Amino acid sequence: MQFKSGVFKTILSSLLLSGAIQASAADQTILNTSYDIARELFATYNPTFQKHWQEKTGQTIEIKQSHAGSSKQANAIMNGLQADVVTFNQVTDVQVLHDKARMIPEDWKAEFPNNSSPYYSTTAFLVRKGNPKNIHSWGDLVRDDVALVFPNPKTSGNGRYTYLAAYGYAQHHFGKNNESNIDDFLSHLLKNVAVFDTGGRGATTTFVERGIGDVLITFESEVNNIRNQYGEDQYEVVVPKTSILAEFPVAVVTKNAKKHDTEEVSHEYLSYLYSEASQRLLAGFNYRIHNDVVKAEFADKFPEVTLLTVEEIAGGWPKATKEIFRNGGKLDQLQRR
Amino acid sequence: MATHLNVAQARPKHKRVLPGLGLSLGTSLLFISLIMLLPMTGLIMQSVDMGWDEYWYVITNERVVASYKVTLWAAFFASIFNGLFGLLLAWVLVRYEFPGRRILDALVDLPFALPTAVAGITLATLYSQNGWYGDLLTSLGIKVAYTPVGIILAMAFTSIPFVVRTVQPVLEELSPEEEEAGMTLGASDWAVFRRVIFPALWPALMTGIALSFTRSLGEFGAVIFIAGNMPYVSEITSLMIFVSLQEFDFPAASAIASVVLMASLILLFAINVWQARYLRRLHGR
Repeated sequence: MQFKSGVFKTILSSLLLSGAIQASAADQTILNTSYDIARELFATYNPTFQKHWQEKTGQTIEIKQSHAGSSKQANAIMNGLQADVVTFNQVTDVQVLHDKARMIPEDWKAEFPNNSSPYYSTTAFLVRKGNPKNIHSWGDLVRDDVALVFPNPKTSGNGRYTYLAAYGYAQHHFGKNNESNIDDFLSHLLKNVAVFDTGGRGATTTFVERGIGDVLITFESEVNNIRNQYGEDQYEVVVPKTSILAEFPVAVVTKNAKKHDTEEVSHEYLSYLYSEASQRLLAGFNYRIHNDVVKAEFADKFPEVTLLTVEEIAGGWPKATKEIFRNGGKLDQLQRR
Repeated sequence: MATHLNVAQARPKHKRVLPGLGLSLGTSLLFISLIMLLPMTGLIMQSVDMGWDEYWYVITNERVVASYKVTLWAAFFASIFNGLFGLLLAWVLVRYEFPGRRILDALVDLPFALPTAVAGITLATLYSQNGWYGDLLTSLGIKVAYTPVGIILAMAFTSIPFVVRTVQPVLEELSPEEEEAGMTLGASDWAVFRRVIFPALWPALMTGIALSFTRSLGEFGAVIFIAGNMPYVSEITSLMIFVSLQEFDFPAASAIASVVLMASLILLFAINVWQARYLRRLHGR
């Protein structure tokens, strides 16, 4: 018994001690909650921000990261995860923090430039070496001999962008009022799907590791990362002429930041993403950026394409969610046997 | 409290190791309430804000109904498979001595220890068209990964210990005298199995199969990685719950979950009642 309580005391005191060391190591701590595939991005960004903050205020800052699907993260925050800032890949997942939990102000999109989206991407294709199925545009994806892989729009923001991008192309191609042709196109596209993974990384695994499908449809940033990682001679990137503007929204979780007294540093953390240095870093991770100087530097990396917004295609996220993705919505109707 | 102690003291002391019935029953009930009933009540409460019409609409949605069918059929085949091979495995483990028996016995529990998502990813790797087994099967024209067969495979993998572990102790208890008696009376091996062994095993086997079945109904991690998740073809019910959660539609998620819960409860209850009756008849009481 004596021994046990001795061990217990040692564990307890070392826990307390490590807590104390951690608290004294940085003047402040913030938690950045983000989507799955941004882990490496923020692991690179955080040190540069720490340096920036120290130069600006003389204070040290510790930044913690948490990554999972962004809808899951939004849920966790509403259930009490003490996030100071969110950096998501879906506007609706930020919006829900206002709509359901009142944790952020209603006008959060006006807080930072470009709809509070410091970087963006679009939906692009990854095809196998030599492009054997000759895929160049959305129109090629509905041919009978083509098998597609993209994440399920029901469970993934990435999948929702894919659906909306295809929808935008169909509107552009057939004319907005030609509903029967548009529906026909979309239902063919959905029929050609070989596997519906629940998230973007799952779809990547299915296409790359399992060798399923002829085309992987995902964010342009992810497409480029895969090609860099798995060898440029294995895959080819196809960016369709018409695609969607995929915004990556950020926001300070005001309610938590107020409580932790970290509002100022949280705001600066997100605002610094717009600086030239950070935009260069983001472009290095294959995200499209807004800064004109950096844009010119990376011009050959990001082909000029027409990017339609969710507003133009479906009248905004709330409308799209309600009419297309919700239970019994357009997607359900098109997938009916 | 005082009365409980009195009751306990009134009983002969040597009979029970645990302190009085009142105290142990109370503690058990408290923990059942905290660990099982409270979360389940929470689950049901979430769907209470929706009206009956809305509840009915959610649980009878075409796509959700299709997922019930997929889940039920897959769970059915998986538990039948487990019934056959679980019995065989239990038989081998109990009745034969061979090198490595202890290791094999320990391996049976592995699916319980392994995170089911890991199992799902591993199975998908092995059975996809460029995996070890998948390569072979594809050349024979059989597709497992990303088809309903994959769902059965994942369900069978995660729930086979239930059958083995329920059958094993009964097999161990079975006295060889009855078999020997049968043999000396001239019965064939098959007759002995059918008339002597099987009736004694049957209740345990059924329980194992039922447990395997209910476990399969709720399986998520292992299945979604190998199912392909095509609407109306290979979507399981737990994925439909997951989808509702992703849409922040908690009432709908708990509504569908309540259907699964109800099905499992009814099944387990029925199996218990049936087993009690069967045992009474078997022992001639």
